[in-house]
Amino acid sequence: MIDKNTMTVKVEKSLKKRYLKEKIFKSMGFISVAVAFLFLLMLISDITIKALPAFVQTQIILQVDLNEQDLGITQQSSVDEIRQVDFRRVIRAALKKQFPQVKKRKQKKDLYSLVSVGAEYQLRDLVLENREILGTTLNVTFIADDDVDALIKGAIDRNDEESGRRVKDFKLNLIETLEKHGQIEKNFNWQFFSSGDSREPELAGIKGAVLGSLYTLLVTLLMTFPVAVSAAIYLEEFAPKNRMVDFIEININNLAAVPSIVFGLLGLAVFINFFELPRSAPIVGGIVLSLMTLPTIIIASRSAIKAVPPSLREAALGLGASKMQTVFHHVFPAALPGILTGTIIGMAQALGETAPLLMIGMVAFIVDIPQSVTDPATVLPIQVYLWADSPERGFLEKTSAAILVLIAFLITMNAIAIYLRKKFEKKW
Amino acid sequence: MTISAILFLLVLLSAFSYFMGRQKIHAVYQQQRQNVDTNVRSKAKFTLPKYFGYVAALWSLVPALIVLLVIEIIDEPIVTNQLTSYMVQSNINVENNFDLYLNEIQNLDANNLADVEPAKIKVFEKLNHLNKIASTAKSVIVFALAILMTIFGLKKIAVGIPARQYFEKAIEIILLLAASIAVLTTVGIVLSVLFESIRFFGEIPVVDFMFGTQWSPQTAIRADQVGSSAAFGAVPLFIGTMLISFVALLVAVPLGLMSAIFLSEYASRGFRSFAKPVLEILAGIPTVVYGFFAALTVAPFIRDLGQSIGLSVASESALAAGLVMGIMIIPFVSSLADDVISAVPQAMREGSLGLGATKSETIVKVLIPAALPGIVGGVLLAASRAIGETMIVVMAAGLAANLTVNPLNAVTTVTVQIVTLLTGDQEFDSAKTLAAFALGLMLFLTTLVLNIIALHVVRKYREQYD
Repeated sequence: MIDKNTMTVKVEKSLKKRYLKEKIFKSMGFISVAVAFLFLLMLISDITIKALPAFVQTQIILQVDLNEQDLGITQQSSVDEIRQVDFRRVIRAALKKQFPQVKKRKQKKDLYSLVSVGAEYQLRDLVLENREILGTTLNVTFIADDDVDALIKGAIDRNDEESGRRVKDFKLNLIETLEKHGQIEKNFNWQFFSSGDSREPELAGIKGAVLGSLYTLLVTLLMTFPVAVSAAIYLEEFAPKNRMVDFIEININNLAAVPSIVFGLLGLAVFINFFELPRSAPIVGGIVLSLMTLPTIIIASRSAIKAVPPSLREAALGLGASKMQTVFHHVFPAALPGILTGTIIGMAQALGETAPLLMIGMVAFIVDIPQSVTDPATVLPIQVYLWADSPERGFLEKTSAAILVLIAFLITMNAIAIYLRKKFEKKW
Repeated sequence: MTISAILFLLVLLSAFSYFMGRQKIHAVYQQQRQNVDTNVRSKAKFTLPKYFGYVAALWSLVPALIVLLVIEIIDEPIVTNQLTSYMVQSNINVENNFDLYLNEIQNLDANNLADVEPAKIKVFEKLNHLNKIASTAKSVIVFALAILMTIFGLKKIAVGIPARQYFEKAIEIILLLAASIAVLTTVGIVLSVLFESIRFFGEIPVVDFMFGTQWSPQTAIRADQVGSSAAFGAVPLFIGTMLISFVALLVAVPLGLMSAIFLSEYASRGFRSFAKPVLEILAGIPTVVYGFFAALTVAPFIRDLGQSIGLSVASESALAAGLVMGIMIIPFVSSLADDVISAVPQAMREGSLGLGATKSETIVKVLIPAALPGIVGGVLLAASRAIGETMIVVMAAGLAANLTVNPLNAVTTVTVQIVTLLTGDQEFDSAKTLAAFALGLMLFLTTLVLNIIALHVVRKYREQYD
């Protein structure tokens, strides 16, 4: 027989240790959650800090002389004639006028590289827009080169040794002179949202990628939604219990866990090599992504349909509706908010997907902004991937900014999904 | 006529037959209404006129669509066949590479035939002629059939046929077809990777691929070329994949499991309702973002940290990629663990607490053993997710196939190699591109087996407590 007292003493003695263990265990749990949070915070803040400079554009104001004789055009010239004019000369002349002391060839090269290579097109577009400026001398704001941009934003430290600095002393002097004269401005970077990809960091924008994503998602949505909803309705409401239906269900569950890159292989082998659909086109990307998101949306739609109470069905059937009428007139509308929520979440998943699109050639460098679903295009995540691979420093901030835009889209989509769920959620 | 024009006209035609069909039945009903007195009518079987319209529309649409699909599939082989026999007849010799020749012909520009050899122009004109015939024949056949079926359908519908049942059966078949697309996708995946893999294994023996330890897929163009050994031994890739996945699981499983336990057993309701969605955000961030973060922030940080304590760490270390991947799958593990832990019956929890066990003792000694099968299933699913993950490793792991298990070194993975082998323009028949499909097959099979086991284990476990 065990002595009760010694037992109690034993338990009481061990209590302190046990409570300590309890505390440690609990704090381990808390630390786990905290680590995850901390990482998320680091990720977001790191990217945001890197991205912020991308929203500011450094610009150089130069006084250009648009002499009609020198340019060889008049205010009546046709668009084609104006397009053929070399506006670079004008900009170079303006720079030379400002710094007459620059004579050596190498130094001239430094001088000319203060403004972006896109500056001449900027000037050309300005002329095309407003011919009246021809023959006048006026101040024009040009986009600065990415090195100037980096220096002004402080990404290149002026106090570094010259040997370790990308912008050498001579160029630095030029820039500082311009700064002194108030010819350098920092403005909001609209260019980033209004232009396509470019090899020059200061000219690159995300419009092409955003539109590419939009077209791709459009194709995905149009292909997935009807098929997924039909499949979900069939499996929940009509499917008999037999082997074939079991097989379909197992298939759907497995597809949901197949790595996304395998869908890319499927797209490459079937749609590009076999059906010979165009490479790099949003239509192929959309099809591949719709096959990938199909299981997600089917599963979400099924649980939405399952959540509709049987009483609704029984009431409709009791009033004489057919099975089909019951489903399409009563069950489907009641499940629609849930189905839409699942669809939006599936679309968000498709928007962030990169790997399968790499396989079907959407990774090409495309400057033109896509006009239709068959034009070569790229999508936002791939733009991020491409820029992250670029060696130019200027692309680092662009990459981060593109990520912020991507995340902004994702947050918006998820917020809409949550709003829909909250608004239409019914307690049956 | 383009395919979209044909489709548009078919839809118009079926809309027409819908209205005609509905009108026909409507007219009959109107007549009946005038003839029969109200009492009799209310007892009569009554199908809404629109269902007759739907049936008529289906008659004019569905057969034509099926025939159109068949023609779309068979027309190109027929045209090619005709062209071949034409070329044989007119003695045009193409020296065996017929496909190449055909491709050249197809790419000719009708407005720019000035400096093309006359034989080619002849073939080109013949091809255009054949294509024209094929296109016209397609439109004629499809529309003849559609119009015929419309007339037939409109004749066939009459009061008394079970129009609604017909229509509903048709819809049910369409729904079934939609559900089978998932099966079709699986078949497509299996066939596409299998075919190319078989071609690959025709060139490289399976044994060399599965057990070779040397991976350098650069195929030599000249015999004396340096550094192009064209070795396809995939062992370094398998080891690299497993190493990175192992690091990822080492991060994700404890953190995910502990946060699930904390959130479901300890945290207050307010904290829980805030923390769960925040954790879910981790799963919603695109993988390319993780890749960027791993490559530009985490990897340099780990390298510098290693250097400061005297370790040499590769700048594309497996550790950095694995660490970030682990963080990415935390929400995956935690939501699965949460599911299985909350599925453990309340009675077991209360029994343990009632015997005087502390909360942590209950969790460690009762809940986790009870939930173990479910947790194992969840870990397997997480492993399959880690093995198939692409963007993080493409951006943060290396390209060099090192055979090592040291996480501080750079390794490469199966997915990285698939991406490297297939991005850019290569010819599709080289062993290099086919190797990507063989790797894809391995990846598909591995994740499939993991998923099947995991789903089976989880289902078995759920049934245990139902």
